[in-house]
Amino acid sequence: MNTLFNILIDGLAYGMVLFVIAVGLSVTLGLMRFVNLSHGAFAMVGGYCAAWLTREALWSFWLAVPLAIAATALLGALLEALVLRHLYGRKELDQVLFTIGLSFVLIAATNAIAGPQVQLITLPPLLAGSVDLGFRTLPAQRLLVIGAGLTVAAAAAWTVARTRFGVWLRAAVDHSGTASALGIPIRTVQCASFAAGAALAGFGGILGAELMPLEPYYALKYLVLVLVVVAVGGMGSIAGSLVAAVLLGTIETASRYLASGWGSLFFFVAMAALLAWRPNGLLKR
Amino acid sequence: MNSPLTSTVAAPAAASVAAPVATKAPAQRPAVRCAPPWRAPLLLLIAGLAACALFPEQLGLITRIFIAGLFVLSLDLVVGVAGLATLGHAALFGLGAYAAGIFALHVHADPLLGLGVGIAAGALTALVSGAFLLRYQGFTFLMLTVAVSQIVLSLVQKARDWTGGDDGLSGFAMAPLLGRFEFDLEGRVAAGYALAVLVLMFYAAQRLVQSPFGLALRGIHENRARMAALGTPVFRRLWLLYTVAGALAGAAGALSAQTNAVVGTDSLSFALSAEALVMLILGGAGQLSGALVGATVFTLLHHTAASINPYHWLFVVGGLLMLVVFVPPARVWTWLRQRAGGGR
Repeated sequence: MNTLFNILIDGLAYGMVLFVIAVGLSVTLGLMRFVNLSHGAFAMVGGYCAAWLTREALWSFWLAVPLAIAATALLGALLEALVLRHLYGRKELDQVLFTIGLSFVLIAATNAIAGPQVQLITLPPLLAGSVDLGFRTLPAQRLLVIGAGLTVAAAAAWTVARTRFGVWLRAAVDHSGTASALGIPIRTVQCASFAAGAALAGFGGILGAELMPLEPYYALKYLVLVLVVVAVGGMGSIAGSLVAAVLLGTIETASRYLASGWGSLFFFVAMAALLAWRPNGLLKR
Repeated sequence: MNSPLTSTVAAPAAASVAAPVATKAPAQRPAVRCAPPWRAPLLLLIAGLAACALFPEQLGLITRIFIAGLFVLSLDLVVGVAGLATLGHAALFGLGAYAAGIFALHVHADPLLGLGVGIAAGALTALVSGAFLLRYQGFTFLMLTVAVSQIVLSLVQKARDWTGGDDGLSGFAMAPLLGRFEFDLEGRVAAGYALAVLVLMFYAAQRLVQSPFGLALRGIHENRARMAALGTPVFRRLWLLYTVAGALAGAAGALSAQTNAVVGTDSLSFALSAEALVMLILGGAGQLSGALVGATVFTLLHHTAASINPYHWLFVVGGLLMLVVFVPPARVWTWLRQRAGGGR
C-alpha cells in the first residue's frame, strides 16, 4: 500500500514534468508543423538559468524562476525570429537536422560555460520541507510540481480553445494565407507561440531538476522521453499529452520501484503498444 | 622562347575547332548512359586499397570507416531509397554484432561463419520488427523504431549471462580468415576483410537499387498510394527491403564485433542511430555512393575533432549540421562539378 502510494505520487509528479516540457513541443509539432528537436535544450537552458540565479547570484527562488522562464522565452523568440522561421516550409528531415545541430551547439556551449557537473537548484525552505496531509506527509516539491502541471494544462487548453490568441493560432495553422489576408498578424502569432513553448520547456526543466538531473547532455537524454509523450498523446493535443505523460510517467516510476533491473523496457513496451493501438494519439480515433 | 608563343596562338585555334564538335555531339546522340553497376564498387575497392597503402598506421580508423560505410549503406536503403525515416537502425547493427560475438565465444571462431550469423541475426530482427513497424508511417513509424531499438537495448542489458550487460561482451578471439590469414595487431587483415565485405555488399546493393524491385521502392517513396493503385504490393516490397537492409546492418555489426573483439551496449544506442542518419544526410540520401562519402567525412571529422576535445567536437558537428541544412550538399556537389568542368 505504502509503495503503491509512493509510486502514484512520484509517477504523477514525473508525468507532470514530462507534460510541462512536452506540451510546448506538441504545439510546435502539431499546430505549427515544425519538428523542433532542440526543445530539450530549451528545458536545459531554463534549468541552468534557475540554478545559476539561485546558487551564484543568490536570488530568491520565487524571483529566479520567472526570470529563468523569461530568459528561455527570449532565447526561443530570438531563435525563431532570426533562424528557425526560414525552416517552416522545409522538409521534416531538414528541420530535424538543424534543430539537432542546434542542440549539439547548446550542449557544447553549456559545457564550456558551466562545466560537466550536475547543477542543483537551491529550493526555498517552504519547498525543501514536507507537507502533512493528515494521513501522510509528502515532499512539498512534489506537490508544487503536480499543482504546476495541472495549472499549465488548464491554462494551455484555455488559451488555445477560448482566447483570441488561440483563435489566431489555429487560423494561422489551418491556412496561413487566408489568416494573413484577414489581418491576423501571423508572424507575431508564430513567434509568440514558439516563445511560449520554449518558456514552458524552461519551466519544466526547473520543475523536474530533482527527477531529471541538469547536466550538459540533458538536452538529448530526455528528448526521447518528451518525443514519446508527444507521439503517444497525439501531436497538437494538449489533453492527450497530459494523459500520455501521466500514464507513461507512472509506468516508468512503477518499473523503477518494482523491476529496476529491466531499465526502461516497460516504458517503451507501453509506448509501442499505445502507439500501435492509437497511431494518431490516445484521444483521437 | 618560341614554344609559349606558339602554344598561345595554337590554343584558341584548337578551341575554335573543338567547340563546334563539342556542342554538336550531344545534339546528335544524347550520351546519357547508366554507369555499369560494377564501376562504383571497383572505384571503392581502388580507393580503399590506396587508403590502406598510404596510411598504414591508420588502419584501425580506416576499418572503422569501412564498417560505418556499410552501416550507412544499409540505412540509405531504408531512408534514401524507400523513404522510411528511422531512428532505430542501431538495433539491427547491434544484434548482428552480439550474434557474431556470442557465436565466436560459444560455437565457432571462424570469421566468415560469424559474419553469416551476424547477417542472419540482422535480417531476422528486421523481418520480425518490420512485420510490426511497417504497418505505420511517418512520425509514428519513426517513434516506433525508437521504441523497438530501446526495447532491444533493455533486453540486452538484462540478459547479462549472454551479453555481459553494461560491461560488454568480450573474451572471444577470431580464428584466421579462410583458415590462413591471422588477424594481426596492425589490423591489415581486418582492414582487407572489412573492405572486401563492403565492396561485395555495395555491389549487391547497387544491383538491388537498379533492379525493378529498386524502382518499385523509389516509386513507393515518391507516392505510396499511386504505387498501390498500380498493383505494387507495397507492404511486401517494403518488408523485403527492410530485411535486406537488416542483413547489411547485421553484417556491419558482425564486422565491428570481429575486428574490435568487443561488443558494447553503445552498438545499440540511440546515439548510433542518430549519427548514422547524420552521416547519410551529409553524403546525400538516396545515392549509395553518397552514403559512403558521408560515412568517410563524418568519421574523419569525428576522429580529428574528438582527439582534440570531446566537447568541442559537438560544436563542430552541430555547426556542420546547421550548415548542411542551409547549404545542401547536393547543391555543393553540383557547384563543384560545374567548376571541375561541366560534369560527367
